[in-house]
Amino acid sequence: MNIFIWVCLIIIFLSMLGTLIRVFKGPSTPDRLIALDGIGVMLISIIALLSIVFDTIFFIDVILLIAIMSFIGTVSFSKFIEKGAIIDRDTRR
Amino acid sequence: MKKNNVILQTTAKVTFFIIFLFSIHIFFAGHFAPGGGFVGGLLTTGAIVLLLLAFDLETVQATLPFNFTVVIGIGLLLSLGTAAGSILFNVPFFTHAFAHFDLPLFGDTELHTAMIFDSGVYLVVVGAAITIIQSIGGDE
Repeated sequence: MNIFIWVCLIIIFLSMLGTLIRVFKGPSTPDRLIALDGIGVMLISIIALLSIVFDTIFFIDVILLIAIMSFIGTVSFSKFIEKGAIIDRDTRR
Repeated sequence: MKKNNVILQTTAKVTFFIIFLFSIHIFFAGHFAPGGGFVGGLLTTGAIVLLLLAFDLETVQATLPFNFTVVIGIGLLLSLGTAAGSILFNVPFFTHAFAHFDLPLFGDTELHTAMIFDSGVYLVVVGAAITIIQSIGGDE
C-alpha cells in the first residue's frame, strides 16, 4: 500500500513537470492559464496522498481551500483575458 | 456587443454559499483544528470576490450594504474590548477565560473568550481586504 502511494506521487510529480513545460513555453496566454489550473488540481491530489502518508486528517481543509482559490484565480484571469478589466463598475449600461 | 455570462453568474450564486459556509466552518474550527479568524476572513473575502467577478461592483455594494471601513473598526473594538475586559476581573490584560456550558442544541460546549477575539480578527481581515479590492477595482 505504501509503495502504491509513492508510485502515485511520482506519477503526479512527472505529470506536473509535463504541465510545467506548457506553462513555460505555451504559445498563448490561455495555454498557460489552463496549465496553471491543471497544476492546481495536481497539487490537490498530492496533498491528498500526503495526508494518507502522514496519517492525518488536518490537510483536508487545505484541499478544499486550494480548489476554491484555484477556481477564483482561473475565473479572474479568464475575465481579464476576455474583457481587460477584472471588476466592472456597472454591467447594466 | 453585449456579453452573456449566465453560466458564470449561476455558478457564482451556488458557489458563494458553499465558500461562505466553509469559511464559517474554518472560523469556528480554529480552536482545535487548523484555521481561525485569519483564514476564515480571507475565505469570506474570496466568496465576495467571486460575486464581484460574476456581477459588478454596484450590484454587490447594493447586495451587501456594509461600509467595510466601519467593519474594520468594529473588529478592532471587539478584539481590544475582549483584551481590556479582563481588567474588570482583576486579572492582567489579555487574560482569557473559558467554561463548559450545556447549550440546548449543541450539548456540552466549551465556550472561550478567545473566540470573541478571533471574531474581531475575522471582521478586521474581511473589512481590510474588501476595502482594498473595492477601492482598487472600482476606478474607471
